[in-house]
Amino acid sequence: MATARLMGSSIKRREDPRFITGKGNYTDDLKLPGMTYAAFVRSEHANARIRGIDTARARAHPGVVAIFTGKDMTGVNSLPCGWLLPELKVPQHPPLATEAARCVGDPVAIVIAESQTAALDAADLVKVDWDVLPSVTSTARAATPGAPQIHEVAPNNIAFKFQIGDAAETDAAFTKADVVVKKRIVNQRLVANAMEPRACVARYEDATGDLTLWVTSQNPHVHRLLMTAFVLGIPEHKVRVIAPDVGGGFGSKIFLYNEETVCSWATRQIKRPIRWTSDRREAFQTDAQGRDHVTDAEVALSKDGTMLGLRVKTTANLGAYLSTFAPAVPTFLYATLLNGVYAFGAIHAEVTGVFTNTTPVDAYRGAGRPEAAYLLERMVDACAAALKMDPAELRKKNFIPKFDNGYQTKVALMYDSGNYGPCFDTLLQMLDYKKFRADQAAARAQGRLLGVGFSTYIEACSIAPSKVVGALGAQAGLWESGKVRVHPTGKVTVFTGSHSHGQGHETTFAQLAADQLGIPMDDVDIVHGDTGIVPFGMGTYGSRSASVGGTAILMSINKIKEKGKRIAAHLLEASPGDMDYANGQFFVKGSPEKAVPFGTVALVAYVPHNFPEGVEPGLEETSFYDPSNFCFPFGAHACVVEVDPDTGHVKILRYLAVDDVGNVINPMIVDGMVHGGIAQGVGQALWEGAVYDDTSGQLITGSMMDYALPKADGLPMYETARTVTPTPVNPLGIKGAGETGTIASTPAVVNAVVDALSGLGVDHFEAMPLTPERVWKAVQAATSGK
Amino acid sequence: MKTKVTMTINGVSYSHEVEPRMLLVHFIRELAGLTGTHVGCDTSQCGACTINLNGLAVKSCTLLAVQADGAQITTIEGLAKDGKLHPIQEAFWEKHGLQCGFCTPGMIMSAAQILQRNPNPSEAEIRHELEGNLCRCTGYHNIVKAIQYAAETMAKR
Ligand code: FES
Ligand code: FES
Repeated sequence: MATARLMGSSIKRREDPRFITGKGNYTDDLKLPGMTYAAFVRSEHANARIRGIDTARARAHPGVVAIFTGKDMTGVNSLPCGWLLPELKVPQHPPLATEAARCVGDPVAIVIAESQTAALDAADLVKVDWDVLPSVTSTARAATPGAPQIHEVAPNNIAFKFQIGDAAETDAAFTKADVVVKKRIVNQRLVANAMEPRACVARYEDATGDLTLWVTSQNPHVHRLLMTAFVLGIPEHKVRVIAPDVGGGFGSKIFLYNEETVCSWATRQIKRPIRWTSDRREAFQTDAQGRDHVTDAEVALSKDGTMLGLRVKTTANLGAYLSTFAPAVPTFLYATLLNGVYAFGAIHAEVTGVFTNTTPVDAYRGAGRPEAAYLLERMVDACAAALKMDPAELRKKNFIPKFDNGYQTKVALMYDSGNYGPCFDTLLQMLDYKKFRADQAAARAQGRLLGVGFSTYIEACSIAPSKVVGALGAQAGLWESGKVRVHPTGKVTVFTGSHSHGQGHETTFAQLAADQLGIPMDDVDIVHGDTGIVPFGMGTYGSRSASVGGTAILMSINKIKEKGKRIAAHLLEASPGDMDYANGQFFVKGSPEKAVPFGTVALVAYVPHNFPEGVEPGLEETSFYDPSNFCFPFGAHACVVEVDPDTGHVKILRYLAVDDVGNVINPMIVDGMVHGGIAQGVGQALWEGAVYDDTSGQLITGSMMDYALPKADGLPMYETARTVTPTPVNPLGIKGAGETGTIASTPAVVNAVVDALSGLGVDHFEAMPLTPERVWKAVQAATSGK
Repeated sequence: MKTKVTMTINGVSYSHEVEPRMLLVHFIRELAGLTGTHVGCDTSQCGACTINLNGLAVKSCTLLAVQADGAQITTIEGLAKDGKLHPIQEAFWEKHGLQCGFCTPGMIMSAAQILQRNPNPSEAEIRHELEGNLCRCTGYHNIVKAIQYAAETMAKR
C-alpha cells in the first residue's frame, strides 16, 4: 500500500508537545549534582588597560569556590578567527582579557560560587584598576586620522581591504552613463536577541578525563573543534559538546565565545560542574552583533533605465575583535551578492573592515545578504525616482532573464537557476498594483500618505562548496553529515550534523526520511546536537540544513536501499540488478509480487543466517555531502504603509511576500520562517538599532527597554506565496529558506515610507530605523523650505 | 536572613527558606524545579516568565518569592489536565505558533488570560494584549492565529 507523500505537506511539528507543556530541555534548565555557578567580571570601559586585578575581598565572600583571571589561564590561546582574508589583521582575543579591555563587557575574570547570587555578589567585589583610554565606536570615524588606535597589529584600525568586480569596466560604464544616481546608505548595527540567552554547563570528570559541555550552539562540532584544538589544547575526543533545545540563534549562537571556553577550562581546575547563563544585559554586551555598514553607492544608467554599472564603497564595522566568521560576512556574503537579480553591465565594490571599541560583529540572520539587498533595492528606487520611472517597471526591465542552469554574475558567483519575472508578477497581482496607485492618489487627495515599497532579492545559501569557500579563506569545510541507522525491527534513527534551534528538523527530516524509505513517519526519529552521538557535522546557519543536511541524509538512505537490494535479492534468489524499491518493499522489477518488506530486510541484516556472500551484516550508513555550488533562492516582497506626517508614525497596512526557495519539505514550517524573518527585517527598518555613545563607548540601547524589538501590535498578517524553481545543485531541488524574509523586508518597508513621503519631497533616508522622530524630521526638512 | 515561604504551584505545595531578594521565577525554576517558565530578560519586557498567580497572569521575574507567600500558582506545566492539552496548547501546536519554543510557555499563559477576559477578541485586541510578550521567531502571525483558533474551539465547548 502506498503511503501518502510526506514531502510537501504541512505536518504538525513533533517537537511541539514538549515545548507547549513546558518540558523543553534548554541549557539553563540543567542542574547537575555538585554544580557551581559562574559570573563574569567585565569591563565597564570601552578601551582601558588593566593595571591590576584585586580579587582578595571577592575570594573571602561566603560561597565562593574559585576566581580566575586571564593570568591564571596559562597555555590557553586566543579565540580563533575561522575565516582568513589575504593580509587580514588578526588581533589577540584572549578568553579573559589580560592586558586591556577593548569593549564594554570584555570579560576579565570568572567568579565561581555555590550559588548564582554568591557568584554575582562576589563578582561585584573584584576590583580592577583601569587605565581608561579614549575609544572609538563610530564606523565612519574608525579609520580616520586621529582616531584612537585599538590593536597594534592593525594600523588605523583597518582589519582588511577587499575588492571585487572589474574597476575599469565599471569606470567605463559610468563614462557612458546618461544618469548617475549616488546615495550614502547606512545599514545600522543590530542585536540578534534570540529569546533564550546564551548559556553553558561544563562538567569535567576527573576519573575519566571526559569533559561534557552543554552549550547554546548552532554547531556543536564546530564549537568543540575550535575550543579544543585552537584554544584550550585538550584532546577533541575527550570532549563532548551537547546543544540541547536551543531557543533561537539567528547566527549569534554559531560562534565560539569567551564564556563557554573559560567555563570548560575552569571545570578542569575545580573538578566540579559549572553553569553560566547570560542575563539580557550581558547578551546585549557580548552576543556577536550584526550589520553595521556605511556605504557610498552609485548606479550608472542609460536614459531608458538600463543599469550599466554599480560602484560600491563600504566600511564595515567588525567591533573590537574578529569573531569566528566575521571577515566573511561583509565580503563573500555581501559584496558577491551585489549583482542581485539585475543584469548589471559592470560592478565594482570595495570593502574596508574596521575595528572599533564595540561588541564584535559577525553573522546575524541573512549576514551580508540583507546589507546587499538593502543597498540595491534602495538604489533601484532612487534610480526610478531620478528617471521618473515606475519602480516596478524599472525592476522588470533589468531582471536577469530566466535561466535553468547557471548565470555568471559580475561578482564571482554563478547563480544556479532563476526566473525572476513571474515571481515579481505574482507579487504585483497579489498587491493589485494598479488599484493601489489609484487608491494612493485618492488618499493623497484627502491628505493621507500611503506608500508602497518593493524589494527583490537573491540569496546565496545552502552554504557551501568546501573547495570554493576554502579558496576564499574559510578555515573549515562546509559539507554536512547524515547517518541513517536501521534497527533490527525496521525502525530508523537518523543522525544529522545540522542543528535545530527552532527550524523543526525533527519533523522535516523525519518527513524526508520516511518518504524516501516509504515507511511511517512514526518509525523515524531524528537526533541532532550531540558530538557524542552524531558524526562530525557543520551545523545550522546560512539556510543550509534542508539542502545540505537533507542531501547527506538522502545519500545515506540511497546506500541503505542499495544494500537492502542485495539482501532482498538473495532472499528472493534474484539478481541485485533486477531489484527495485518502493513503498517500503524491495521487489523484483516487473514482478511486484516477488517482494520483501523493509522490516524483513532489516531483521535479516542483523540476524544474517541466510545472507549474501561478501555483504557485511548490519544496516547503517553514513554520508558526507559537499555541495557543488551555493543555492540561490530569490523573491519579491512588497510593503504598504501609511505615514502620519504630523507624528512621523509609520503603520504597516499590508505585507506581501513571494519567495522561491526551490522545493519545500513542509510549507507550514517554511511560511513560519518567512514570517519571522519579515518581522526581523521590519524591525531593522522601523525600530531596532544598536546605538553606541561615541565618546564613552557605552551601548546606549543595552536592554530590551532601550532596544526596540518588534511586537505583535506593530505588525500585520503577512500575505505569502511561492513560486518553485528547483535548484539543479542538489537532488532534492531545495534551495533554502531560513533567511529570505529578513533579507527582503527591510528595503520593502523603507521604500514604502519614501514612496509615501515622495509627494512632500522626501527622497531618501540615509539611516535607519525610521522612528517617528526620524520620519518627522525628514518631513520637516523637506517641507520647511517650501 | 532567610525567610520561609510556602506556595501552591500546579496543586502541589512548596515550602523553602529563601533570601528576601529571590525572584519568584527563580523559586519556580530552581527550587520547585519547574523549568518550563523561562527567563528571557532582566527588565520585565519579554514575558517568557509569565505565570498565573491567584488568577492573574503575571511576570514572575517581576515579583519576589516572598510576595507570593501563600499564593496559588499555575505554570505552563499545570495547564494540561488529566493528560489532555489545554485548547490553547492545542491551538499553538495546530497553528504552528512556535518555533524555538522559548517564548511559548509565557505566550500560552498570557493567551489564557487574554481569552479569559475576552473570549472573542479581535485581531487588533490580541495584538495589543500581547504587548508584554516578545517572540523573535514567529513574527507573531501564527501566534495570533493560534489565539484566534483557541477562542473558536473554546467557544464551541
Ligand atoms: S524574564 Fe523577561 S519579562 Fe520576565
Ligand atoms: S518561538 Fe522562539 S522566541 Fe518565540
